Amino acid sequence: MHELGITESIVEIAERTAKQQQASKVLSVTVEVGSLSGVVPEALEFCFEACSKGTLLEGAQLLIEKVAARARCRDCAREFPLDDLLACCPVCRSAASELLSGEELRIKEMEID
Amino acid sequence: MCIDCGCGPTDHHHDHDHKHDHAHDHGKGKKINIEEDLLAKNNRLAMNNRQLFQKKGLLVLNLVSSPGSGKTTLLETTLKDLQGELGFAVLEGDQQTSNDADRIAATGVPAHQINTGAGCHLDAHMVGHGVEHFDLDKTDVLMIENVGNLVCPASFDLGEDCKVAVLSVTEGEDKPLKYPQMFRASNLMLINKLDLMPHLRFDLEKCCNYAKRVNPEIEILELSCYTGEGLEKWYDWLRSKLAAKK
Repeated sequence: MHELGITESIVEIAERTAKQQQASKVLSVTVEVGSLSGVVPEALEFCFEACSKGTLLEGAQLLIEKVAARARCRDCAREFPLDDLLACCPVCRSAASELLSGEELRIKEMEID
Repeated sequence: MCIDCGCGPTDHHHDHDHKHDHAHDHGKGKKINIEEDLLAKNNRLAMNNRQLFQKKGLLVLNLVSSPGSGKTTLLETTLKDLQGELGFAVLEGDQQTSNDADRIAATGVPAHQINTGAGCHLDAHMVGHGVEHFDLDKTDVLMIENVGNLVCPASFDLGEDCKVAVLSVTEGEDKPLKYPQMFRASNLMLINKLDLMPHLRFDLEKCCNYAKRVNPEIEILELSCYTGEGLEKWYDWLRSKLAAKK
């Protein structure tokens, strides 16, 4: 369950930024989670309440933006969406592809007061 | 921006006609762009580790697998066979006990145990402090035996040169498909416990095809620590990787 450590990073980064901005409170935090990042959004939500307690993020909303995975076929160069790492190119059926997106795990923005 | 409906603070009319159940005190909120990777801290520490390892001319391998694939036995065998030729140090990661580090220390090679407690993986911070226990000037190869787990360790860079995924033939040939992230992140797959093949219905060819499917570049070696089959190829792989570093 490494979502706990990831959530601690969210709180740490957001709180540091909020203090730099002399904010009294964080209202919301937006994070981007790629579908192949290995992180389960529900687990982040589960950890967030506990991790934010007693910080400037207490009571803030955690907004998760899911990022769909896309790949480029190494054989025919076609770009295509993929649901998992086993997907083949829909055009030439090649299994060799290069991942373009889907591994994102980023804190994107937040709203402070 | 309103976090529920996406309306901006400047053109925000509170008499809009769609329903909402959220409070409208968010207009005073200030939006801040952050754009920071959530693994940035780990990645930064991993970069520090990598620079240190580079400076010391170290080959660093991160051994990953499910529990019970035979990583520790593979290390014991490797150390016994090669410690006269190469300087080794071993970091052992487990949730609890120092059993593995004790087994490695019994070979005479410096070993340090990291207990992760509730944690499911090693991270770059643990490794950075773990190597403080070794004289890196006397080390050629640092082996990091990660916590037995085919999921989380894939996401955490430790500063290693290569991830080596160990898969034993008792586990089933479809492991690379079930845990593609790990096999995609690995440079080498070691198929272990080859001596047990006569007792199992493990399809070696299928296993290799599955691994190549998730990672066309992965190298594959097959071995048995019990019979010694395939070990020389693994040692040659180690020697060639080290030579490339020096």
